[in-house]
Amino acid sequence: MKMIMKVILMVMMMMVLVSEASMIDQTCKETPDFNLCVSLLNSDPRGSSADTSGLALILIDKIKGLATKTLNEINGLYKKRPELKRALDQCSRRYKTIIKADVPEAIEAISKGVPKFGEDGVIDAGVEASVCEEGFKGKSPLTSLTKSMQKISNVTRAIVRMLL
Amino acid sequence: MASTEALLPVTSRQDPLSESRSDQIPETRRRRPIKVHLAVYSGLLLVVLYVTLIVTHDGSTSQNGARDETETKSRARMAGVSEKTNERVWRLSGDGKTEAFPWNNTMLSWQRTAFHFQPEKNWMNDPNGPLFYKGWYHFFYQYNPNAAVWGDIVWGHAVSKDLIHWLYLPLAMVPDQWYDANGVWTGSATFLDDGSIVMLYTGSTDKFVQVQNLAYPEDPSDPLLLKWTKFSGNPVLVPPPGIGAKDFRDPTTAWKTSAGKWRITIGSKINRTGVSLVYDTTDFKTYEKRETLLHQVPNTGMWECIDFYPVSKTKVKGLDTSVKGPDVKHIVKASMDDTRIDHYAIGTYYDSNGTWFPDNPSIDVGISTGLRYDYGKFYASKTFYDQNKGRRILWGWIGESDSEAADVQKGWSSVQGIPRTVVLDTKTGKNLVQWPVEEIKSLRLSSKKFHMKVGPGTMVPVDVGSAAQLDIEAEFKIKKDDLEIIFGDDSVEGDKEFSCQNSGGSTVRGALGPFGFSVLADQSLSEHTPVYFYVTKGKDSKLKSYFCTDTSRSTMANDVVKPVYGSFVPVLKGEKLTMRILVDHSIVEGFAQGGRTCITSRVYPTKAIYGATKLFLFNNAIDATITASFKVWQMNSAFIHPYSADDL
Repeated sequence: MKMIMKVILMVMMMMVLVSEASMIDQTCKETPDFNLCVSLLNSDPRGSSADTSGLALILIDKIKGLATKTLNEINGLYKKRPELKRALDQCSRRYKTIIKADVPEAIEAISKGVPKFGEDGVIDAGVEASVCEEGFKGKSPLTSLTKSMQKISNVTRAIVRMLL
Repeated sequence: MASTEALLPVTSRQDPLSESRSDQIPETRRRRPIKVHLAVYSGLLLVVLYVTLIVTHDGSTSQNGARDETETKSRARMAGVSEKTNERVWRLSGDGKTEAFPWNNTMLSWQRTAFHFQPEKNWMNDPNGPLFYKGWYHFFYQYNPNAAVWGDIVWGHAVSKDLIHWLYLPLAMVPDQWYDANGVWTGSATFLDDGSIVMLYTGSTDKFVQVQNLAYPEDPSDPLLLKWTKFSGNPVLVPPPGIGAKDFRDPTTAWKTSAGKWRITIGSKINRTGVSLVYDTTDFKTYEKRETLLHQVPNTGMWECIDFYPVSKTKVKGLDTSVKGPDVKHIVKASMDDTRIDHYAIGTYYDSNGTWFPDNPSIDVGISTGLRYDYGKFYASKTFYDQNKGRRILWGWIGESDSEAADVQKGWSSVQGIPRTVVLDTKTGKNLVQWPVEEIKSLRLSSKKFHMKVGPGTMVPVDVGSAAQLDIEAEFKIKKDDLEIIFGDDSVEGDKEFSCQNSGGSTVRGALGPFGFSVLADQSLSEHTPVYFYVTKGKDSKLKSYFCTDTSRSTMANDVVKPVYGSFVPVLKGEKLTMRILVDHSIVEGFAQGGRTCITSRVYPTKAIYGATKLFLFNNAIDATITASFKVWQMNSAFIHPYSADDL
């Protein structure tokens, strides 16, 4: 009998896990980067019980985190690569915009049910990252961070568009 | 692998927990405990994995139809994403020609407009509650007092005697109640029979629910309507059953029904169908929801900022919102949340059951090939009846096309279009005609008149001095001989179906176009914005005209959206090709054939600014010589400033 109970319990747990994960799966299938989408959402404890708005908000948090990380990297580069000062200044301005303007705009818009302004903020995060990158004219020390931001921005945008 | 085969009989039985199986387990357990445990657990794992597969596979097969639909929709959405990527995500070219332009304050401060309404700083969006009262035109607007991006929305307020010279007033309404704590959003004004004003607006409550609230002037004897009182019984409407708590906003001006009640409509969506909910009221405090919708169109998404109003079939004048009758058509307009495009359709209103049907359902409200007020950047528009001059006036929100970093750096974002009169085109009966209000002529300073013949492939500088604030009115004629040659020659093929957006812009040359003006140009034309006609010889050998604006070369900057905008424009027999262009720094508004087709663009040159801004006339056609007769006025600033006692 004990064995049967353990079996039932395990199967039930797995089925619960499976059915919850499929909301993230279903959503991520409709974005340009399924794997990235799933890994970002699964890595957040809120992911398993979030609705579409909630998933969008999780990703916007990731955008904020990535922008903060990139801004720190930029600050560190001033000493290591002083010849890049002009480009770094532009980048600093761009990433501060993501953190201070794009992210709060997107969070407010999605929470309040006017997702189009959230889409604007999310698109802009990708644009700011791209413009910063271009400022190095092919010799960017931030390329992998830029690419991450562009990818996350595209995925997040796809999810925000589901709310429109 | 052996273990898998041994386990297959277990998994193939649909129910792994059946009686026979459970009987087996105790026996094996008694014989070999550890190995059996392992086998059982790995078996369970495989069972669970198989169940997982069944569950997800069932998910797709049982909803096969639905899933296909979802997949098609998601493909469409993806396509929507990538289409929008072209327009609304900045195409960053790595070709080295376009450098990342760090915006400096000189370039940014040039962008501020001289005679379009915009607040002193920060973000603005939808026009709200426009009205005329006691000698003043009032304009309210969605405003963020704290930043140059959307958020923390309040109602800004300004007044003017002439719709052009505006005076800033204090904020009219802020989020100070639970029912609008998260936003005082868009709304409209209605004049009651006794001439008093009621304002209905959407509030985002402390729990993020969208509700409708009633407000009215605190002191009706104050012509400036400085203070507004919110009804103590707010909200007067909450989302009804079947409507999402966040899909219920932007109430319209009310109109009188034949039964003597007031009627309003509010936009929403049901799944992907855009809908127009209808409510009747006598006192604006309690409402009956009608069972029928005013109208709905599938696959258009959420309808924001609905507008509903009558237009005269015979007279070129505006009508009060309550007018009905056989001489009248009704316009339904909505802002499509999905595409950020304002669409309208002309149709017939049936007052007895509060429904409306379009004259041409194939171009119904929200259909992508349907009619738009403006084929450029223009959204959340709203009309009002100007009882002062008997006109219907249209306001439209013109957002930025640049990056938010630039908006933050320059400290502001968005302008309003120049208010336009709106009437039905009595000649075609199939579209509206819009025109900048007459009062804008008061800004005209000096002018110069020109009459030029321009051969194929020519660009002519037009010397008007300063070229960032201009009003241009022009008439074009294609040389008759050329037309006859092109028409008569059967070997000259009809142009493939042309579209401003998809036919490569102003540098692609056809027999009869493009020709027009390049505004906001620098001397070397490294930056310029062509506003032009493109005339094609259609397959049926009839002439077809298009009106376009090409912003793709408007700036060297690469963090800006640079689309080609435009549309077909009806040109009737005997009509010349006419266009009017208003240039005001970073905004260009073009009007073709007296306002049959309008295009608003945002443009951000880095070189063609201040004294370097020039104007050119061009003819990029291959075969036709064009004669252009035109007048160019320098436009004064409207000197929009905060209201003071001196302004009375």
